[in-house]
Amino acid sequence: MLISTDVIGRQLAVADVTIDRGRVRRFALAIGETDPVFSELEAARKAGYPDLPVPPTFLFCADLEICEPLTMLANLGADVRQVLHGEQSFVYFAPVHAGETVTLRAHIADVYTRKGGRLEFLTRETTVSRGDGTTVAELSSTLVVKNPEAV
Amino acid sequence: MAATTEQIEIGAELPPLAIEPISRTTLAVFAGASGDHNPIHIDIDFARAAGLDDVLAHGMLSMGYLGRLLTGWVPVDRIRSYRARFVAIMPVHATATCTGSVIRVDEVDGERRATLRLAVTLADGTVTLTGEAVVAIHTTWKD
Repeated sequence: MLISTDVIGRQLAVADVTIDRGRVRRFALAIGETDPVFSELEAARKAGYPDLPVPPTFLFCADLEICEPLTMLANLGADVRQVLHGEQSFVYFAPVHAGETVTLRAHIADVYTRKGGRLEFLTRETTVSRGDGTTVAELSSTLVVKNPEAV
Repeated sequence: MAATTEQIEIGAELPPLAIEPISRTTLAVFAGASGDHNPIHIDIDFARAAGLDDVLAHGMLSMGYLGRLLTGWVPVDRIRSYRARFVAIMPVHATATCTGSVIRVDEVDGERRATLRLAVTLADGTVTLTGEAVVAIHTTWKD
């Protein structure tokens, strides 16, 4: 096994991220989102939001910002050419809008193998919270590393 | 028949969302906007060194497209959870369709919620992503 199970539970990063309005707009355009509430402040306010709401998968970008997964995997001894995204989940407790500063806390939740060790999985979990401690979202991301050397 | 949130029943289908063919520009723009700079999505030399014929789309780009199926159906603050498994590669130049159907309707925390089964399917029938989302149909959270 390339990645040691000793890393399960390891804290990866704790950092504040301010949700930038321009970034939300660029992300919305990159996924072809045409609903103006995600790109035009006026449309967002008219719909009752204080600022641009973030698209459903946007917090993944904030998660990448606090701890780059390929660097993390390289540090754990994996071959980054053999990495794929296996699973991703979001649980939302409150909406997040541009202009807010949220705190992200990421840790390694699990490491396991499948197919006789030819596939290794690493699950990282991130909690997103507001300054007052309220959790607004929980993310879970599973990366798959192919291990052609496994027998 | 496509269902509105007013007429939810198990088996109801969301209006499908057709995705434009995924160009290299789309992948470069998404890499910049998302911060996912894995070269396997933007650098054909790297992709070939990894044993692939060409670059492949980010899983999170597919999940982003599929998210539009959700936000096209309910306001974004009605989405309670959303998850995806990336089960096959989405090649560059692929065309795909995002689909969803209601598999459960229940009451949780004083609101009516629908559980949706989701998929992204290529033109040749290959399913690249399977997923599930829970959305509030009637809520007292904000209204």
